[in-house]
Amino acid sequence: MRLAKATLIWAALAAAICVPAAFASASPLLAWRGPLYILAGFAGIIALGLALVQPLLIAGYLPGLSAYRGRRVHHWTGGALVVAVVVHVAGLWITSPPDMIDALLFASPTPFSPFGVIAMWAIFAVALLAALRRRLGMRLWTWRIAHMSLAVVIVAGSVVHGMLVEGTMETMSKVALCALVLAAATKVMADLRVRKRATSRGESPARQ
Amino acid sequence: MTTVVFNRRHLLAAGGSILATGVSGLLLPASAQGLAPTESMSGGSNNYRKGAATVDRIGKGGFWMSGTVRRAGDGAPLAGQRIQIWAHTTEGQEHEPQSHGATLTDKDGKFRLEMPQIIPIFGQPHGHLAYDSGEFKTVFLRPVMRSAKETSLEAHFVLQPA
Repeated sequence: MRLAKATLIWAALAAAICVPAAFASASPLLAWRGPLYILAGFAGIIALGLALVQPLLIAGYLPGLSAYRGRRVHHWTGGALVVAVVVHVAGLWITSPPDMIDALLFASPTPFSPFGVIAMWAIFAVALLAALRRRLGMRLWTWRIAHMSLAVVIVAGSVVHGMLVEGTMETMSKVALCALVLAAATKVMADLRVRKRATSRGESPARQ
Repeated sequence: MTTVVFNRRHLLAAGGSILATGVSGLLLPASAQGLAPTESMSGGSNNYRKGAATVDRIGKGGFWMSGTVRRAGDGAPLAGQRIQIWAHTTEGQEHEPQSHGATLTDKDGKFRLEMPQIIPIFGQPHGHLAYDSGEFKTVFLRPVMRSAKETSLEAHFVLQPA
C-alpha cells in the first residue's frame, strides 16, 4: 500500500513535468526554429518543472527520500535550476541578441519579460545566498525568511512569465503545470508557518 | 471591405487615446498641433537590416502586411514612401535577409506587401516595420498580432520632418 502510494506520487510528479514537455515537443512552431532556440525554450520548460520539484523536495513530500536526502537533492536541483535559467537566457540571447538585451534592461515591449528577468535574479540570489550562508554566519530563520521571500518572487515571476509567453507550450498543460508550481510552493510555505508556530510555542513540530 | 473588430486591446487603445486627447486638450487648449507623429515602439528596430530591397512580395507570401503613411499635423497621405518590413516567418528568422523586404506607398499613402506567414517569436507573434529614408524622422514599429492564426497585420505611420 505504501509502495503503491509512493509509486503514484512519483508517477504524478513525472507526468506533471513530462506531459507539458511532450506537448511542447509536438509544437508546430519548432519547425521554424533553430536548434539553439529550441534548446533555450526547453530549458525554460525544464526550469518551470524544477520549480515544482524544489518545494516538494525540501518539505519531504516525496516518498523514499529522507529529510536529509531530500535537502541534499534540493541543493542539486537548485543548481540545475540555475543552469537551466542560464541556458534559457544564453540561448535566447544568441538567437536574437537585441530582444534579449531589451528584456534584461527592462526595455522589452513584451509584458512577460520583466517577470522572467526578476525571477531569474531571485533564483541567482537564492543560489548565491545558499552557497555563502555558512560563511556569512546567517541564522536559520534569517536564511529561511530570505529564501522564502525570494521563493515567492521566483514562483510568482516564473508562473506569470510562463503564462504570458506565446511559445511552444500547449495552453492546458502549461496552466496545469503553473497551477501545480503555485500550489506546491503555497502548501510548503503554509506548512512551514504551522511548524514555526508550533516550535515557538515549545511544542514538538506537527507531523504531516 | 473593412471588418470592424472590437476587442479588449482596441477598447483599451481607444479608451487610452480618448483619455490622452481629452487630458492634453484640457491642459493645452491653445495648441493646434493636429495629427501627432507616431513614436517608435520599443523593440521596433530589433534585427533591422538597413536598405532592404523593394520587392513585389517577400518569399512565397500568404500573409499581408498593410498600413498607411501620413504627414504629422495635417494628416495628408504621403505617396511614394519606402516602408521596410521584416518578421520571423515560416521562411526564415527575423535577422535573415530573406525575411526582409520593402514596398512603396501609393497615391493615397497606403502600402500593402505580401510576405510569408508570421509565427510567434520571443513569446509574441509580431512584425517589424521601418520608415528610414531620411526625408522624415525615422520610425520603427512592432505591431503584435491578436492571434498567431491571423494572416494579416496593420501598422500606421504619421511622420514628421527630420
